[in-house]
Amino acid sequence: MSTSVVSPGASSGGAPIRSLEAPGPRIGEKIIKAVLWATATLSILVTTGIVISLLLPSIGFFQQVSIWEFLTGTIWAPAFANPSYGVLPIVVGTLTVVFFAILIAVPVGLASAIYLSEYASKRVRKTIKPILEVLEGLPTVAIGLFAFNVLTPLIRELTPFLPWTGPFSIGVAGITVGLLIIPLVASVSDDAMRSVPASLREGAYAMGATKFEVAIKVVVPAAISGIIAAFVLGISRAIGETMVVLLVAGAGNPVLSFDPTKGTQTMTAYIGSTATGDISQGTITYDSIFAVGALLFLMTLAMNVLAMRLVKKYREVYD
Amino acid sequence: MADEPDYSSRVALPPRTRVAVGGAREVTESLFTSGDRKKKIQGTIFLGLLLFGLSIALISIAAMITWAFVAGGPRLNTNLFTNVPSVVTPENAGYRTAILGTLYVIGGVIVLIVPLGVGAAIYLEQFANPANKFNRFVDLNIQNLAGVPSIVFGILGLAFIVRGPLSLGFVAAAGSLTLALLVLPTVILASREAIRAVPSSIRDGSLALGATVWQAVWRQVLPAALPGILTGVILAVSRAIGEAAPLLLVGAVTFVTFNPSFFEGGYSTLPTMIYSYAKRPQEELQVLAAAGVVVMLVLLIMINSVAIYLRNRFERTW
Repeated sequence: MSTSVVSPGASSGGAPIRSLEAPGPRIGEKIIKAVLWATATLSILVTTGIVISLLLPSIGFFQQVSIWEFLTGTIWAPAFANPSYGVLPIVVGTLTVVFFAILIAVPVGLASAIYLSEYASKRVRKTIKPILEVLEGLPTVAIGLFAFNVLTPLIRELTPFLPWTGPFSIGVAGITVGLLIIPLVASVSDDAMRSVPASLREGAYAMGATKFEVAIKVVVPAAISGIIAAFVLGISRAIGETMVVLLVAGAGNPVLSFDPTKGTQTMTAYIGSTATGDISQGTITYDSIFAVGALLFLMTLAMNVLAMRLVKKYREVYD
Repeated sequence: MADEPDYSSRVALPPRTRVAVGGAREVTESLFTSGDRKKKIQGTIFLGLLLFGLSIALISIAAMITWAFVAGGPRLNTNLFTNVPSVVTPENAGYRTAILGTLYVIGGVIVLIVPLGVGAAIYLEQFANPANKFNRFVDLNIQNLAGVPSIVFGILGLAFIVRGPLSLGFVAAAGSLTLALLVLPTVILASREAIRAVPSSIRDGSLALGATVWQAVWRQVLPAALPGILTGVILAVSRAIGEAAPLLLVGAVTFVTFNPSFFEGGYSTLPTMIYSYAKRPQEELQVLAAAGVVVMLVLLIMINSVAIYLRNRFERTW
């Protein structure tokens, strides 16, 4: 890096000037770039594939069942001799799961996040975070079995005044899904709270605020969009959960009911249990799997897009 | 008077003076300690609630693992690994074919996701122009795919892989492909994160010395990002191992009594086999299902430990 200006060619005793351009067009490089581009574009093909695979059979389905009847009907009995395709009972089943899941996951997840972000020492954080990740990584079959064998009897013991019938319960399924999404809610909220600048906290402390006041009145409001994003992601995950619902709520007879003590079906459980049975391609029952799948896809897509917007919002404010 | 500060031991004072001295002290202290007793109690209760919340999560993990070992305990022996599934003789049934099925399926997943996932990540981080609309769309699309419920991937697998364009049938390869597509977004996002963590000075230095972009990526950036990428791949694979819902739709629920093969014949995996056992009424099969959970947990804990080890071993700050 010499600072003196030297005319080209004069610097190294009259050596010929060599161009810095590559001698050839570098075809290999171009091929590699094209291959890498193809791998990145594959994800678009996957999305397209999902949309097509949901849409085509759904069109066939909606030629026989009107969309209005599908969305507002209150009886879901696709495999019966006198079939009825009102999706509301299984949508209500899904919403019941979401309700109970949020009831558990929001307070517990938020409390864990506030503790990790505001109270825990670095060492405690480093121990607890991987443990929470373990909970996130546990197979849902395992969690569902545990809930069916341990949680359901336990909750029944604790609430003898509720009208429990049969071994299955949609409410317990919701609570279990809630346990499952605690790590998700906790880690997304924790990220949001940690991206709140330290100066905000220091300002509050300087004004004489206690740790509790800083956490509740400064950090949580400042990170609120990220925290809401965590809830929304949790809802999306709860909507899509299958194995826990199949095992704990039993995928039984879908009746339009808000009673959490009874077993019923959700959208995912319907897809999971119907597809495992022997149903032939081309029947309306087969197509109904895809119609329900399309509804499920749209619901989770809406939630995910909302969550992404919220996360973007807090990133814009603090990053 | 219960919480009166203890000054009497130092100086013997007459009662009236004591009250005055105590009051003076309290007022001064309240100026310096942050406010009143109420706030202190408030803070303690709040911390208690936080710890209670956190402990719910931790206790449920511990309870689950304990339950699996207790309930599955009677069946934890080598028969579990060597015997084939059976409903007729549940006391002798095992997981051999399901474990093999999982190995086949996961082997296929690894072969697919490593090149596809890392390739996409390299392209998006090192080659793509982030201002380009198409690239932004790809990016958004991957984030969205990561949030699609796993059962929807099962539907994709059923419509496109088992039947439809690929028509592989209900075979292990179909399960493999379905799970690979499911975890691909995870691998891409994790690999991107790992590649992004490599300082751009490494790449810039390499480019300044005359390397092409690919040479810089292959010889400098990728080796530096490798531990992070590996961690991401391992975590994605461990998710695939425990995944059952999409496999229900692509055929992995059959009771297979022969060793599976990749492209033909029925197959089953550890989590779907556990589900099949758990659904049946026999008491022995419930025990067997719990024992299967233990096998799966031990496998996952081993795999995750490798990921955590890698992360700590190679974690470095630039």
